[in-house]
Amino acid sequence: MLSRTADHLYWMARYMERAENVARILDVNHRMSMMPQSAVQEEQAWGATLRIMGLEAPFHQRYAEITPDAVLEFMIFDDDNPSSVRNCLRAARENAHAVRGTLTSELWETTNGTWLKMRDFTREQFADLGASEFFEWVKYRSHLSRGVTIGTMLQDESLRFTRLGTFLERADNTARILDVKYQLLLPAGEVEGGAADYYQWSALLRSVSAFEVYRKVYRDLITPSRVAELLLLRVDMPRSIARCMKEVYTNLREVANDQSAETERRAGELEAQLRFGRIDDIVRDGLHNYVVRLLARVQDLGNRIADDFLVPVSGSRS
Amino acid sequence: MTIKHYYNEMSDEGGHVRAHYSSYANWLSEMPEERLAQKRAEADALFHRHGITFAVYGEKDAGTERLIPFDIIPRIIPADEWHTLAAGLRQRVKALNLFIHDIYHEQNILRAGHIPTEQVLNNAQYRKVMQGVDVARDLYAHIAGVDIVRAGKGEYYVLEDNLRVPSGVSYMLENRKMMMRLFPRLFSRYRVAPVDRYPDMLLKTLRSVAPTGVTDPTVVVMTPGAYNSAYFEHAFLAQQMGVELVEGQDMFVQDDQVFMRTTQGPQRVDVIYRRIDDDFLDPLAFRPDSVLGVPGLLQAYRAGRVTLSNAIGSGVADDKSIYPYVPEMVRFYLGEEPILHNVPTHMCRNKEDLAYVLDNLAELVVKEVHGAGGYGMLVGPASTKAEIEAFREVLVAHPERYIAQPTLALSACPTFVESGVAPRHIDLRPFVLSGEEVQLVPGGLTRVALREGSLVVNSSQGGGTKDTWVLEA
Repeated sequence: MLSRTADHLYWMARYMERAENVARILDVNHRMSMMPQSAVQEEQAWGATLRIMGLEAPFHQRYAEITPDAVLEFMIFDDDNPSSVRNCLRAARENAHAVRGTLTSELWETTNGTWLKMRDFTREQFADLGASEFFEWVKYRSHLSRGVTIGTMLQDESLRFTRLGTFLERADNTARILDVKYQLLLPAGEVEGGAADYYQWSALLRSVSAFEVYRKVYRDLITPSRVAELLLLRVDMPRSIARCMKEVYTNLREVANDQSAETERRAGELEAQLRFGRIDDIVRDGLHNYVVRLLARVQDLGNRIADDFLVPVSGSRS
Repeated sequence: MTIKHYYNEMSDEGGHVRAHYSSYANWLSEMPEERLAQKRAEADALFHRHGITFAVYGEKDAGTERLIPFDIIPRIIPADEWHTLAAGLRQRVKALNLFIHDIYHEQNILRAGHIPTEQVLNNAQYRKVMQGVDVARDLYAHIAGVDIVRAGKGEYYVLEDNLRVPSGVSYMLENRKMMMRLFPRLFSRYRVAPVDRYPDMLLKTLRSVAPTGVTDPTVVVMTPGAYNSAYFEHAFLAQQMGVELVEGQDMFVQDDQVFMRTTQGPQRVDVIYRRIDDDFLDPLAFRPDSVLGVPGLLQAYRAGRVTLSNAIGSGVADDKSIYPYVPEMVRFYLGEEPILHNVPTHMCRNKEDLAYVLDNLAELVVKEVHGAGGYGMLVGPASTKAEIEAFREVLVAHPERYIAQPTLALSACPTFVESGVAPRHIDLRPFVLSGEEVQLVPGGLTRVALREGSLVVNSSQGGGTKDTWVLEA
């Protein structure tokens, strides 16, 4: 398939997944903010949201102080923020539009319909609907896109590159959510099970649709290291890094070409390390450092996939 | 301006419904207007959701895509009329292809004196680079969109032969799908000839004109990009044919062979259905500022290693200054009498013609020879005195740039507009495919001028479209 087509499919999926994850991150904060907490804690929590996305600097250029309303405006509607939900849905639609002939009509209509609705969405409607309902809507539309993708697309390269986009983006986002919340909820030196608030951890789990999963898997109290294990190492947890990397590796093997062997090896290596990793070792060495290294490797894979498949290959002499 | 006497597609002069419309007319008379309005709203919503839109030039935001208004009342053509039309179209397009081949080779028609040589060779659309170049099957215009109008007592006339990148076929196909969805039961009352095999016919045509020696050709559709006004159609046709939709940047030329960049490395391209003008195809050969084209494409083409569809230089044959000679081409190349008529045309480059045109501006339609899309024209009867005088100056300054035709009383078809069901003027664009054989699906795109009295059907000028029903015998 055309490299440019693969590129558009990959980014279509990444942006849709990113919109969903932004909604998830905002949603967990929104839920936490309804629980008793000090003004400092609240500002920390919203600040952490911006930090997850690496958007603190652009935020402060545009807004005087961190308030829930300002962060919501910035992360949902702001056209100057490339990761705002609005911009993500627009970018997903623009990428889909560029390759609409490659998509099934159901997938195109879903992506286009999502954008048309978001485009016409006013602040007043947002206020009426309420933040939680809005985040539900974003998640729902993302679920729908994914379902339509899997349910209607031919299982060829188009699907593989779409899936690569989804899982690389999700791996990145899950890692960021875990890292920031872990630091926030369990400051260095604090002992597990101490001050950690059950509600806070459960809100984090809910943000990645993992609350019921946790109950089912552990049948026990919520502890930070188990949360970390669930989100990092459990292959059966659909939003965990281990799961994402397994999907990345599988899809990568299906599209392998003459120059992608090293990328495949690196993806396989990371997948195996996650599959056989132990949470005790990770926590002992420091979760934050681990996640920083993990994010770098995920990003490396993204760059390598772009080089191997998506960017026009150098076969042209012109 | 309102034309008082025109051919009404549905009813005759006495107000009686024509036989082929009678069943539909009964159905329509039982249909409350609210219901029609509701069906139209449903159609609009579906077209929006499917993204069947056109982008207006210069507007980049995704939100500015517009719908071409769709009218839910079909235009119906009886089987015998279509039979004649189709034969005429095949004949005409055959002659046009022979003409294009001739003027880039022996130029017999010029030597025989049927067309003034300088009008062909000095035409801006005549491509010297094509002289002596052999193309597959000697065919140039593989896809032709011929504009047909009906005037007077219902005679069909050819208004224009579009041989460059005629568009609109996707609307023909989508309009039919929409009608079948909105009014399924109507289709059991009528035996409407299906049009949905057009994409198959197109693919077969494109494959049949692959370069010599290529047995399993790779066909692609080439688009200027997602912001082009006809992008929907480009993507639609590529998808329906199951071929890649490429942009210039996706292709490159190496050793006179065209390749596209794929995830599995370079892949050979044999036939390019290009929806982009000659000028933008190859920055090395034509406009150097073009970022849409492929450097070296012309060289590969001249070497016979790739087919461009339509061929470079086809445009000379659909130029309005060449149009008056098409009936002569039919006689010259095929030895047949033309089945379809031309609209009588005055060529302002001729002194006598110009004098006549200047004396009768208020009755005539004056068009730019190279113009398209309904721009730069004067519709005399619809213009004010000041407009006519302003146009007169332009015309006198450059008479060779204009032709003039009588204002045709285009036929009208009942259309659902603000005031209810009322007649509006229409035309018809069937699509003729030339490959191993010359063929067309029964029907075409019917365009309708939605404003009362208007004769301009172009979508850029407030025109809409209708489904076109050719009845089976």
